[in-house]
Amino acid sequence: MTDSTVEAVESFRLRARAWLAENMPRVDVDAVPPPPGDDDAEWVRTRELQKKLYAGGFAGICFPSEYGGLGLTPEHQRAFTEESEGYEMPLLLNVPTFSICAPTIMDMGSEQQKRERISAAIRGDEILVQFLSEPSGGSDLAGLVTRADRDGDTWVLNGAKTWSTCAYAADYALCLARTDWDAPKHRGLTMFLVKVHQPGITMRRITQVSGSTEFCEEFFDDLVLPADAVVGEVNGGWAVASRQLFHERTAVGGGSPFTSGRGTGRVSQPKPDLVQIARASGRAADPRVREMLGEGHALERVQEQLIRRVSIGLETGQMPSPAASIMRLGHAETDWRVDDLALEIAGGLAVSGEGPGRVGDNFLMRQGASLGGGSTEMSRNIISERILGMPREYAADRDVPFSQVKRGSS
Amino acid sequence: MDLVLSADQKLFRATVKGFLEKEAPLTRVRELADTSTGFDRDWWSRAAELGWTAMLVSEELGGGSVSGDGLLDLAIVAEEFGRGVGPGPLLATNIVLAGLAAATDGPDHSHIVEALVSGESVATWAVYEPGGQWSPLTPGLTAKPGSDGFVLDGVKDRVELAEQADLLLVTATTEQGLTQFLVPADAAGVSVEASRSLDLVRRFAEVRFAGVEVPGSAVVGLVGRAEPLVERQLQVAIVLQSAETCGALERVFEFTTQWAFDRYSFGRPLASYQALKHRFADMKTWIEACHATTGAAARAVQDGAEDAAELVSVAKSYVGSRSTQILQDCVQMHGGIGVTWEHDLHLYLRRATVNRALYGTPEDHRLRIADIIAPSERKTS
Ligand SMILES: Cc1cc2nc3c(=O)[nH]c(=O)nc-3n(C[C@H](O)[C@H](O)[C@H](O)COP(=O)(O)OP(=O)(O)OC[C@H]3O[C@@H](n4cnc5c(N)ncnc54)[C@H](O)[C@@H]3O)c2cc1C
Repeated sequence: MTDSTVEAVESFRLRARAWLAENMPRVDVDAVPPPPGDDDAEWVRTRELQKKLYAGGFAGICFPSEYGGLGLTPEHQRAFTEESEGYEMPLLLNVPTFSICAPTIMDMGSEQQKRERISAAIRGDEILVQFLSEPSGGSDLAGLVTRADRDGDTWVLNGAKTWSTCAYAADYALCLARTDWDAPKHRGLTMFLVKVHQPGITMRRITQVSGSTEFCEEFFDDLVLPADAVVGEVNGGWAVASRQLFHERTAVGGGSPFTSGRGTGRVSQPKPDLVQIARASGRAADPRVREMLGEGHALERVQEQLIRRVSIGLETGQMPSPAASIMRLGHAETDWRVDDLALEIAGGLAVSGEGPGRVGDNFLMRQGASLGGGSTEMSRNIISERILGMPREYAADRDVPFSQVKRGSS
Repeated sequence: MDLVLSADQKLFRATVKGFLEKEAPLTRVRELADTSTGFDRDWWSRAAELGWTAMLVSEELGGGSVSGDGLLDLAIVAEEFGRGVGPGPLLATNIVLAGLAAATDGPDHSHIVEALVSGESVATWAVYEPGGQWSPLTPGLTAKPGSDGFVLDGVKDRVELAEQADLLLVTATTEQGLTQFLVPADAAGVSVEASRSLDLVRRFAEVRFAGVEVPGSAVVGLVGRAEPLVERQLQVAIVLQSAETCGALERVFEFTTQWAFDRYSFGRPLASYQALKHRFADMKTWIEACHATTGAAARAVQDGAEDAAELVSVAKSYVGSRSTQILQDCVQMHGGIGVTWEHDLHLYLRRATVNRALYGTPEDHRLRIADIIAPSERKTS
């Protein structure tokens, strides 16, 4: 599509408004959320909703048309997201399928991978996840020990991945593995696109403190991968992972142009806001509580404003790509404080897990937002080293063949 | 402020910066600290020639701005002021001009506006009252009907540069409700007494009004209808104040980062310690957020957006608390030198602390936000 034929944002918005009203179900605010861990029905629903968006011509708004998207701008996407407020949306696909995995494939994948995987995701046929972290560590991603050995034209994968969100519901995963043990750690890695459900992979679900079982753990036993499963170059996996981490920070910070609809959560159960919690606790008129409501609201608005500023900075080249970590860190801090405020506002009522908005349960998962998507400590390293130019942390494994690098016992 | 500036705005920023660096460097600010006025009137007239008092005023009255979005351009000046802890009535005069420009009904004050724009006159807003917190809508100062207009009685304090100002914009209670008056500082019955001021050059004073007679033509806008004007003045005040604080943060962060590279302990620069690197990363993130929220508030007020009042309070809530936290952290990064008179840090900390406290604290503005997002439980006073 050339620029001159791109639909104006306002006309797109009006068309979206009419189409949503006609076709998408409204969120039922009174619906009882499913018990944590039992979300198979939500995944079925998510795929249905994505198929509806696709059939209506509103899926993959910022993806190029040759890969099944609409080839429109982030402004179009923002307009659609605003219009979609109050409707059920396939939010579970926002992270990681659309905001992390698909853009990584778009940046680094082969033409065939782009045509097949991205369009299948946009059609609502496939879900993509990330196999990065391992039981031995996630922050030091390049220190991973899952191995892929070449066997003629194919690769044989052995090892384990963990904390992979929603892998049980997925079709394909981006999986980083070590393919050269004599090279220093960053230079011996290769990225693969792996079919999630197949012989050779054993999957186990992990229960989170909230009761959710969206975390998974995978074990690979002589899993055979075809040559065309490689994304990017053999032993060039770090370049692919770097793009993936960039998209991940942007997504986790809340600034991805590829997400559609507000939030990353469940179809039917948006996180309760502080005003609702205050009202349910009977404290919305208490000046102490009102000050907290104001503080929480301000922080959430500021985070949106920060995302906008950094997104513009990245788009116009006025900020270097590590600036995505600024959004990521800002997001985690906002989340912390808002979770704390929720607890403080619910006051004594937080004792019961039943309390307004399940404040207590939410609080137990507070650090999730500071770990998933790379920890806030890693963001601080990136901001100080790559934006402020401060000296890099000492690394005992720099330029050492990976086979000689010391590893921990846990 | 906004990341994307037009070529004209960039040029304008460079001019402002050049002028301030040449004419009001920190060494000059320190000299002014020892003078009784805190700024030089001739200097202010020259600053006014650069358009610093024209941006909120219509072209018919001698106003105008670089981009046509006057408040956004003025915020650029305020940011540069913050970088150098600038002296003079930039905020005071422009806040009054914002009120006068918004008062389209009522007596004509165009001659005063012109004098303020030219820098010949200086004006300031008298809104706080002794012992009081931010409550501009319920002044104790009264204006009662007099023989030829009104008679003002009461006391205002924390009046910025009142000793230097020619005109006071006084927020008062009349029988018909909230009303603002423009009162000459030398009117009979007005007495001004300097207060101790935290900022070395931005001075404050207490102003007493004892039976001060003013004509009906001193009213700004309509009698009893000042509330929207007060809101407008507040919005402009917070945008300029936040922009100024952003400039201060930017500058202090620059020299504190440089210090971390240059200062060594245990044979390595401070900037190599992760414990400190992480604090710098936090500060960098917060400063970007301060710019983001100030820019959004400025844009909303400029456009008269529906959520302008909310975004102004969001900016104050955030910038007000983060700024002093960041500056104190920068003091900590400096070690002992950071708490000395000799080091420039305190000049910035003074300005930011005053900005935090003035025109409603972050806590006051959180309550304002609550009244917007949870209006049904709002306390009616
Ligand atoms: C909700 C959630 C969803 C997730 N989803 C996925 C997923 O889909 N796919 C996937 O692959 N992974 C996923 N993860 C894993 C996540 O990426 C890792 O948890 C994270 O990178 C941290 O790795 P780790 O858990 O091994 O902790 P470690 O790396 O062992 O770190 C432990 C602690 O030490 C700190 N630390 C480590 N090294 C340093 C250093 N050099 N300097 C300072 N501090 C340091 C860390 O910040 C952390 O606080 C998810 C995690 C969460 C919480």
